Amino acid sequence: MRITCPLCGPRDRREFTYYGAEDYLHRPAPDAAPEAWDAYLHLRDNPAGITRDLWYHETGCTAWLLVTRNTVTHEILEVALVAGRSAPKPARGRRAAP
Amino acid sequence: MPDLIAKPPLAGRAALTLAGVTLAMADPGQITSVAPLKGQDKALAKALKVLGLSFPAPNQVSSKGDVRLVWTGRDQAFLIGAEPRGLDGLAALADQSDGWAALRLDGPGAGDVLARLYPLDLRAAAFPVGRVARAPFNHMSSILMRPGPDRFEILVFRSMARTAWHEAGAAMRALAARAALG
Amino acid sequence: MRVAGKGLVDRSTTVSFRFDGQSLAGHPGDTLASALLANGVKLVGRSFKYHRPRGILTAGPEEPNALVEIHEGNQQTPNVRATVQEIFEGLTAQSQNRWPSLRHDLLSVNDLAAPFLSAGFYYKTFMWPRAFWEKLYEPAIRRAAGLGRLSGRHDGAVYEKAWAHCDLLVIGSGPTGLMAALTAARAGTDVILADEDARMGGRLLAETGQVGGQSGPDWVAGVLAELAALPNVRLMTRTTVTGAYDDGTFGALERVGLHLAPQADLPRECFWRIVARRTVLAAGALERPIAFRNNDRPGIMLAGAIRSFLNRYGVAAGQRVTLFANSDDARQTARDLHAAGIRIAGVIDPRPDASRSEEFPVYAGAEVIDTAGRLALSQITIRHKGSVTRIETDLLGLSGGWNPTLHLTCHMNGRPIWSPEIAAFVPAPNAVPGLIAAGSAAGMFSTARCLADGAAAARRALAEIGMSAPDMPVPEAEDGTYELQPLWAVPGKGRAWLDFANDVTVKDVRQSAQENFRSVEHMKRYTTQGMAPDQGKNSNVAALAVLADATGRGIPETGTTTFRPPFSPVSIAAMGAGGRAAGFAPQRFLTSDQASRDRGAPMIEAGLWYRPGYFPRPGETTWRESCDREVAMVRSTVGVTDVSTLGKIDIQGADAARFLDLVYTNTFSTLPLGRVRYGLMLREDGMVLDDGTTARLGEHHFLMTTTTAAAGQVMRHLDFVQQAFCAAWDVRTVSVTETWAQFAVAGPLARRLLSGFVETPAGLPFMGCAAVRLGGVAARLFRISFSGEEGYEIAVPARYGESLFRDLLARAETFGGGAYGMEALNVLRIEKGFITHAEIHGRVTAFDIGLDRMVSQGKDCIGKAASRRPGLTGPEREQLVGLRSKSGAAISAGAHLFTPGDTVGRATDQGYVTSVGFSPTLGAWLALGFLKNGRARIGETVRLVDHLRGIDVLCEVADPVFHDREGVKLRA
Repeated sequence: MRITCPLCGPRDRREFTYYGAEDYLHRPAPDAAPEAWDAYLHLRDNPAGITRDLWYHETGCTAWLLVTRNTVTHEILEVALVAGRSAPKPARGRRAAP
Repeated sequence: MPDLIAKPPLAGRAALTLAGVTLAMADPGQITSVAPLKGQDKALAKALKVLGLSFPAPNQVSSKGDVRLVWTGRDQAFLIGAEPRGLDGLAALADQSDGWAALRLDGPGAGDVLARLYPLDLRAAAFPVGRVARAPFNHMSSILMRPGPDRFEILVFRSMARTAWHEAGAAMRALAARAALG
Repeated sequence: MRVAGKGLVDRSTTVSFRFDGQSLAGHPGDTLASALLANGVKLVGRSFKYHRPRGILTAGPEEPNALVEIHEGNQQTPNVRATVQEIFEGLTAQSQNRWPSLRHDLLSVNDLAAPFLSAGFYYKTFMWPRAFWEKLYEPAIRRAAGLGRLSGRHDGAVYEKAWAHCDLLVIGSGPTGLMAALTAARAGTDVILADEDARMGGRLLAETGQVGGQSGPDWVAGVLAELAALPNVRLMTRTTVTGAYDDGTFGALERVGLHLAPQADLPRECFWRIVARRTVLAAGALERPIAFRNNDRPGIMLAGAIRSFLNRYGVAAGQRVTLFANSDDARQTARDLHAAGIRIAGVIDPRPDASRSEEFPVYAGAEVIDTAGRLALSQITIRHKGSVTRIETDLLGLSGGWNPTLHLTCHMNGRPIWSPEIAAFVPAPNAVPGLIAAGSAAGMFSTARCLADGAAAARRALAEIGMSAPDMPVPEAEDGTYELQPLWAVPGKGRAWLDFANDVTVKDVRQSAQENFRSVEHMKRYTTQGMAPDQGKNSNVAALAVLADATGRGIPETGTTTFRPPFSPVSIAAMGAGGRAAGFAPQRFLTSDQASRDRGAPMIEAGLWYRPGYFPRPGETTWRESCDREVAMVRSTVGVTDVSTLGKIDIQGADAARFLDLVYTNTFSTLPLGRVRYGLMLREDGMVLDDGTTARLGEHHFLMTTTTAAAGQVMRHLDFVQQAFCAAWDVRTVSVTETWAQFAVAGPLARRLLSGFVETPAGLPFMGCAAVRLGGVAARLFRISFSGEEGYEIAVPARYGESLFRDLLARAETFGGGAYGMEALNVLRIEKGFITHAEIHGRVTAFDIGLDRMVSQGKDCIGKAASRRPGLTGPEREQLVGLRSKSGAAISAGAHLFTPGDTVGRATDQGYVTSVGFSPTLGAWLALGFLKNGRARIGETVRLVDHLRGIDVLCEVADPVFHDREGVKLRA
């Protein structure tokens, strides 16, 4: 398996550490109901097909990545920076095209 | 007051040459990690310009003479070979000079040695001269640079220098034994 | 026998080798199989279950019978295929699975017992009495079963692993692969051409047909010369591509030194990971045998293999040859043998309309129904035109057709497609993304079609990656048609072998169906068909055809079992190359490493680090004596220890304090400049992740320390929190663990040791930090303690680490102090009730360790919401307590706690012990552990039981802080 890191380019799977489903990005408010925290921490889908999960480019650039992939075909459809997800990217504009 | 004696990693280790490839310890000089602070991009660019450098894009190195600003990860570069003059307050600076051991591989078979250590595509088209990669050296975190077609420079954690030397040496010995077959 | 004028081996040179103690000679270019046949050796092994005499069936990697042991000093490699192993001077091979000798094997009685050893006999026979299984049946079966044996000695040989990257990987160097490689190479793309054989050319080395007006081998040599001269081509011989994995990654095993006498430093094998943008699978096809009674004798061989031995190795495997084949393909074998002057006693062809021959007798519409010959074939029995005839023969060639070598296309769950025209499975298109099967591997069985398809496949592959290949003429070659009449098993009595390697017969497969193991996957497991080293390469299709017949289904409906990697056996040593001893994991050495070893300290592996356990002094004979002394030393004078392994993370930015408030349970934004605070970090699920101290070096600058064990984990966690939840904040983190060498100086005399040595800022308070200078060196001084004594940690750039350590020790010794190691450090912290990852092992909360009050009420933090979940606080929780052995007897970590008087069992378990040490300070065995409602039970007595070590001791429950509970010493 290979993941194309948006910063480093295509790399072997061994460089990445798997964390879990995308759900971890959607942290409830501190005072949210226990059910919301339960869902956040524990409830996961197990799709046969497209899934989005989090990988850490541990022995590379240390970016956290949001990987969209197909659990049936193993096809990787998209790899995005977790940090670039909602907040606007820093205005440096010097990142190389993937 | 103590009179402290400085000791580089793997002090006194003689270079190893096998089948035309030389492995040697190198002294890259001062290393400072430079992580731009928010909103300081323009000011940082200006300050770097004074040093003849620009903040590198991923996998790139900006250099002037012996001074290099090497991309080393997300929002981070290492200034190698110079003091970080004028960068205070513009970037998070941390001295890294003593945290790393530098190994150099020279020779036409250097790429073959690295093919036994790195899961990387090191063909000239994928990893040309002047490029840097943040990538694992077997199980070790490392920074791999290519200053020349047959020259590579590797930074590994100082504490792992012995392992790095051992593993590079093992790859070289196996390659030399293959080469001896003709 | 060698045939004059035939073959590609170098007859001018002789190579001597040994087989079963007998000295034999061959030539460079020979495999062990060809050399044995050249010496007239037909019997090479015994079968797995029945110990039947077996010979060489094939000429390639699919060989099921001719498995031998290769001996190289300490090295003994079992199950080596004689058809793959090249001979070299001094090679020593031995047959296996026989005793006392190959010709006289006692376990061949199994063959007579065959009626009791049919499919599933294990499951039926060894079920009862149950107790017999472990003591009797299993040991007996293990002794009888299996093939070759390992030496039982350490494999000291070198193995290698490597990566390669290319635009086009071509697997197989027959006509298809060579044309694919040539086409792509001329287009300037990076090509890797891999072939498992020692010599490239595939079937062209074994055939007499012309290619482009040249002999096959000559044409091959020309192409290879061109390829070898191109810088963009890598030719990999002796390299088997063993597995196809995601995203163009392939595993490949190169036999680097197995064809040579062992040499120091030369790897035996190299395991390659090849990453290719596109791949052409040109792996050819495997010929299949036909099942009939006694079709497994030495001297029965595949027709194509006979041709390989003749044309490539110049060896006639028999002198009076018969052939049994259901297509015209095997006729070529007859023609080649005939041309070489070898007698063809008959071609038995089941097709009634089989063509005649001027050169040899053809029995059209006939079948072989039995064979004879105990250790070698001497006769076959055929049924022809309703009558039974016997033919004297010493070599019977079989051809039941050809199966495309499509295994790699199934490695990513692809299912092959049944092709009725060739009565074989062909690869499903795009079964492996980016891989194109071509030529025989795609079911095209003429040389001309293979050549054309190889070129076309390369052009297609290149077009897919935006490259174009020049048009190239395809050389002229044989373009015969391939028509066969499917024949899997000749009907009749007796045992007819399908899987030679695992001794599975037609009867076994039918029995499996009869006993309702009708799915092909069930049949495989019930009969063990396809589970031998050859993984069913010779038998899968025929076995499922027999199953299809037995169950009344068609072959496509029956389907195949799943081909999984590896295609050929891969030694574990090759996959784990370099991962032994010093290569097992990175070794991290402290700057003080040599200084500690100079003082005789045994090193302890802690994570990847090597840390001194203790520093023995003359007269001390056990580690305890040293440890006790070191503890007492720190408590009474001063001790020095290296703490550089703690993770150090530099955190800067305007939002750095805010960030720390989010990741720590307690507040850091209020930490004054020049001060240090203990911090507790939770996982988002409320469990403790790590603890440590963080110093404020500047308004926007902090230095966090983590435990040694969790340094990497904390960095990953910080990166996640920062990138996922506060990417817009102004905060930057970087590890500086390796930059600083840091030493703890602890004890009542610590301050005296440092004064005059370090320019100490006067009155550095407990939990204070300052930038200091040590001579000319900028250093950092922290007043923190992990021992309970007044303690300092002093950090210098790592290059000065060793020097500072030696200086500190020398100075400490003038005060009656010295170095202390991990053992003493552990006892000191247990006495003081300080936790490590023995306690924060991933299942404890802040409440459990008594630090609930550190979870700030005034702010959010990671893990806070979850730490409030029901069940994570309260008296039912196991809480951190101290324990003191009441009798003075030793206690142990890992022991469990019980209420005295209760029965000892899981239901009455009250907790467990995490850390233990003998405290010379208190003169007692102390422990830290977790006890249900423990904080309310201080003063009670509990029973500590360790079944593993036979320990059963009463302990007093105590506050975890045994030493200086008020912290007077720390703040002195």
